[in-house]
Amino acid sequence: MLTLQCPYCGVEAEETELHAEGEAHLKRFGPGSSDDDFEGYLFMRENPKGVHFERWRHSNGCGKFFHAARCTMTLEVFGTYSAQTLEPPQEIKDKISAKYPGWTWREFA
Amino acid sequence: MSTRLASGGRLLNKGKQLKFSFNGKQFTGYEGDSLASALLANDQMMIGRSFKYHRPRGVVASGSEEPNGLVNLGEGGKFEPNQRVTTTELFDGLTCTSQNHWPSLEFDIGAINNHMTRFFPAGFYYKTFMFPRFAWKHVFEPIVRQSAGLGKAPQDRDADTYEHFYAFVDVVVIGGGIAGLQAAKAAGASGAKVLLMEQTPHWGGRAPVDGGEVDGKPVAEYIDGLVAELQAMDNVTMRNRMMGAGVYDHGYVLGYERVNDHTPMNTGPRHRLWRIRTKQIITATGAIERPLSFAGNDIPGVVLASAVRDYAVDYGVSVGDRTVVVTNNDDAYRTAIALKKAGLEVPVILDARASGGGSLADEAKALGIRVENGKGIAKVKGGKRVTGVVVCAQAGQGAMLEEIKCDAVAMSGGWSPVVHLWSHCGGKLIWDDAQAHFRPDAARPPKGANGEGFVIPAGSANGPLELAGVVADANAAGVAAAKAVGQDSSVAAPAVAEAAEAAMEPVWLMPQGAGPELRIKAWLDYQNDVKVSDVRLAAQEGYESVEHTKRYTTLGMATDQGKLSNINGLATLAGQLNAPIPEVGTTTFRPPYTPISMGSIAGEARDAVFQPLRRTPIHAYHEDEKAFFEPVGHWRRPYCFPKAGESHADAVKREINQTRNSVGLLDASTLGKIIVKGPDAGKFLDMMYTNMMSTLKPGKCRYGLMCNENGFLIDDGVVARIDEDTFLCHTTTGGAERIHGWMEDWLQCEWWDWKVYTANVTEQYAQIAVVGPNARKVIEKLGGEMDVSKEGLAFMEWKDGKIGEFDARAYRISFSGELSYEIAVPASQGRAFWDALMEAGAEFGIMPYGTEGLHVMRAEKGFIMIGDETDGTVIPQDLNMQWAISKKKEDFLGKRAQLRPFMASDDRWKLAGFETVDGSVIPDGAYIVGTGVNANGQRNVQGRVTSTYYSPTLDRGIAMGLIDGGMKRLGDVVEFNKVDGSTVKAKVVDPVFYDKDGEKQNV
Amino acid sequence: MSKAVSALEGASFEGFAKVEETGLRGMITVRGDLDSKEMAEAVKAVNGAEMPAVRKIVHGEGGSVAWMSPDELLVVCAYEEADAKVAAMTEALAGQHALVVKVSDARAVFRISGEAAREVIAKLAPVDMSPAAFPAGEFRRSRVAQVAAAFWLNEDGSFEMICFRSVAQYVFDLLSISSERGGEVGFLN
Repeated sequence: MLTLQCPYCGVEAEETELHAEGEAHLKRFGPGSSDDDFEGYLFMRENPKGVHFERWRHSNGCGKFFHAARCTMTLEVFGTYSAQTLEPPQEIKDKISAKYPGWTWREFA
Repeated sequence: MSTRLASGGRLLNKGKQLKFSFNGKQFTGYEGDSLASALLANDQMMIGRSFKYHRPRGVVASGSEEPNGLVNLGEGGKFEPNQRVTTTELFDGLTCTSQNHWPSLEFDIGAINNHMTRFFPAGFYYKTFMFPRFAWKHVFEPIVRQSAGLGKAPQDRDADTYEHFYAFVDVVVIGGGIAGLQAAKAAGASGAKVLLMEQTPHWGGRAPVDGGEVDGKPVAEYIDGLVAELQAMDNVTMRNRMMGAGVYDHGYVLGYERVNDHTPMNTGPRHRLWRIRTKQIITATGAIERPLSFAGNDIPGVVLASAVRDYAVDYGVSVGDRTVVVTNNDDAYRTAIALKKAGLEVPVILDARASGGGSLADEAKALGIRVENGKGIAKVKGGKRVTGVVVCAQAGQGAMLEEIKCDAVAMSGGWSPVVHLWSHCGGKLIWDDAQAHFRPDAARPPKGANGEGFVIPAGSANGPLELAGVVADANAAGVAAAKAVGQDSSVAAPAVAEAAEAAMEPVWLMPQGAGPELRIKAWLDYQNDVKVSDVRLAAQEGYESVEHTKRYTTLGMATDQGKLSNINGLATLAGQLNAPIPEVGTTTFRPPYTPISMGSIAGEARDAVFQPLRRTPIHAYHEDEKAFFEPVGHWRRPYCFPKAGESHADAVKREINQTRNSVGLLDASTLGKIIVKGPDAGKFLDMMYTNMMSTLKPGKCRYGLMCNENGFLIDDGVVARIDEDTFLCHTTTGGAERIHGWMEDWLQCEWWDWKVYTANVTEQYAQIAVVGPNARKVIEKLGGEMDVSKEGLAFMEWKDGKIGEFDARAYRISFSGELSYEIAVPASQGRAFWDALMEAGAEFGIMPYGTEGLHVMRAEKGFIMIGDETDGTVIPQDLNMQWAISKKKEDFLGKRAQLRPFMASDDRWKLAGFETVDGSVIPDGAYIVGTGVNANGQRNVQGRVTSTYYSPTLDRGIAMGLIDGGMKRLGDVVEFNKVDGSTVKAKVVDPVFYDKDGEKQNV
Repeated sequence: MSKAVSALEGASFEGFAKVEETGLRGMITVRGDLDSKEMAEAVKAVNGAEMPAVRKIVHGEGGSVAWMSPDELLVVCAYEEADAKVAAMTEALAGQHALVVKVSDARAVFRISGEAAREVIAKLAPVDMSPAAFPAGEFRRSRVAQVAAAFWLNEDGSFEMICFRSVAQYVFDLLSISSERGGEVGFLN
């Protein structure tokens, strides 16, 4: 059972305080978007064995959504960070690079 | 025979005798006895029968690895099957019965299976009960059921209580033997917060039994010192009777504390499941002795050598008067020496190693014990107990050299570290050739959230089996754990006198060349009755994977999970496959280490607190009125309020008629209420709802629909604009938390620059719907300042003010089609307000109605219900609700999806009303049959019913449903299927069955 | 309003710790920019309390103020004073983007007191309740068994716990069961 630190209230929350909210950094496509873009937004998800970026919510806590970067294989957590951002912080990307040189995830590397 | 010795028994309080019963026989034991030692002290060698062949079985071990000694323990609400006698502490008045036999332990009909052994090999059931197929249900299964299962299922409610406990520490040490104590000291000295747990009631493990010197003192004395030191450390907590049950991700450990198993008369929980978060875990879980595989190694009286020693030293109990020791290592010599010193006979030590043992062997010989090197047991003689052994050369095929009379056999096949807890979360193993066992590979530990290892094995759990190595390794583990949690420990390992032991030699079959006649009686897994011959057969039949072999033979699948059998089994498999043991590998170690009670997993969650039950402020009224409740999420809502002798259907009819004709009350408190406030609130709600909310005027209400990004309906409700930048959004009962979270999701993660705050105020209010032609009169009777006249509070308006003495917010909205006010008051005033309405409405015959009345009335009006008309695949257009979808808005959640060709297509099932031709009620869930059949030969369908009720207002069955073509099919007569295979004819009609022009709600 | 009643009307249970429903309590949800001068002034003016730090509760003469999330506070005060405080806070925050709403009636409040009060909560919430990790003034939102709750430690050693009103009976039962005599754990004190 995972623990993730909520970046908003600082609690080292165990999974029973959290709710998984799916993949991070999805770009919304609304009316006017192409069928391909919309399909990608609505249905296409990463399912990596390794580095992954997710959304979580501290639902039994401060109620805030946040992002987490972790390895789905080893369950190593590289960091949690604000939900109000379009990409992972450089510091977390560096941490991942140190462990998994050459990693990529969608447009991030 | 087994008996109590005059001397020995370091764990006993011989001053306190305890009475207990086994199969109704009255026995006595001492305080400090395990149930196993107490049974043996009373010469109860045979304790149960085996699972498959019903062979007589007695204890073979002395700890949690015991496969045979399982009993039904206790009676009534305290009854529990499959309790291990070796880990059950004796208490006064204990009652137990043996398992798996009929009619009695001594005479058992199922034992006929034993004589059919050769007809029940591995995979017997798989192979036998294949054909004919019908026979499985009617012939095979009833027979198999009769004889399946260990123990009896409890009949009564569990009389005990259980609980959880959350603990947070730096270091958990699992195992309170000398290794765990030493590791805890080394870790604790750094100041780290340490929790040390031990599954037995005693500290020190088996070191005091095995002897030796540490720090110049007898080991038992050294252990007493360690315990005292640890008890004095404020940062160290010691808990015995607490097993490390499982190790999980990110330093999560389950500790299973048996609080009152040994004191069932005490108050308090029986078991406590500790849910522990720790930075580091030290597994000082010791090692388990392996049996040797020779014919008859399961006859009562054949016991692990270490267990024989434990019973003698710890409990002053001899397993037999004459004990033959058979071994492949030096450790078993300690048993021979201990027995000899206790005045018992050891006619021979059979050492399978041609070169024999080391200094312990010399000591044994010096005591006058006969030692035979290169020898083994061809077979054990006896049935319900051992009578002798046939001695053979280990190297041969089992030719008898001599027969030796004895009543016990102490066997040792070497030791396997307990690697379970290391392995639970992914710790890897390496094969140690010298000790012929798997041990933790320190280079590949389970890793935690920081990417570093978080489990450190210590002592014999890590491989070292001699005292000096154990203590040094454990100390190093404690120091390493302290360092890993950012502390320093300078504790050094004490000096330990080294013993000169000779190397063990692996023996996987005794004798090495044993033929089929012997192999078929050489047991690997005692509890599941798996023999050497079964594993060999599996290999011959092509089962190469150890995981497949396990499932085919059931090796290691019983309640002991193969603690004694796994290594012997996979070595046998490797031998047959001609592959090295590490290549065959082990099966997966899964938690818990030994079975834990279901009660402890549930914790407090039973009876009244099994689940949270949500109650409205008016709940007590509903209970007093004997409402029939239905669950809606965690809420309990009244379905209807039946009077004495009244059916639910009649009650619903009465409630609806009263409401339509006069006035009724509905407790609508469960409806979600979310405040949305801010300069961008209107813009935000325009995105959340399909309709335009930003144009709503303060003081007005508007019904709105919410879709997800797939375009499908997820919720609906009435939105009230409170002021320029404040809205109150009603959601469905089940939707309050979900929709609040949904709003927060978009505000926090997509439009975080929009100035909007939300608050879920669902429970701030008791909300009561006053419904019916006399609703206004009832409210006006309460008085107060609020003008609720047609002009004062028009349809789809809301207003704050006093109604009577209550702080009210009244909404003129209607879900029934009647004149209706939904009135919210602070929850704390809810019950009083309800009572006031009931009193004021008495002259109009006012009565409450339940959710079924609500459903029927809304269906009569053709109003949709989320979850009935919608199922996660329905868009508003399917429900003919284009009127609720803004065409002016460029965007709202779900809009893009609704533009997809399939969504926009006419070729979708759409909403229509249905009236059965005969007036009957269409069954729930019925489909509208089509023509022809599909590829699977099933009848094609062209729609389905979504809501179907008897309408008291129209006195006939009415329904809504989705049908291919929707309202274009008006007037068609279609057929709905019924469970009995027939169909019912219904006409497609307008789904608004009642007051089509909406005049009644607008008065 | 004389007819207002709390969810359990002061129910109590005494085991190895004492559990009491404390009756009606005023509560106000305040959302806004917690770093703003205006918010600090409003909190001070209306409750006499400083702004609480993250996961803390601060007690002023007019009421207590708890940190709920980076943009949310909870004001706890006498039940009768809540309406006036809502009005005063709303007034003080006029012109700011903020939300002030009374939630007194949506909640139930329990006091858990006694030597081993920490252990009662530690049986239900996945929170480190040790004295070092949970000092007086700490305010924690978490779950107790299957429902959301928030609790804090007072200077007098008693805990107070807030949950939704609808589950008041459930939480009271949980706390009572967890403080049954014989269930002392002896780990946290």
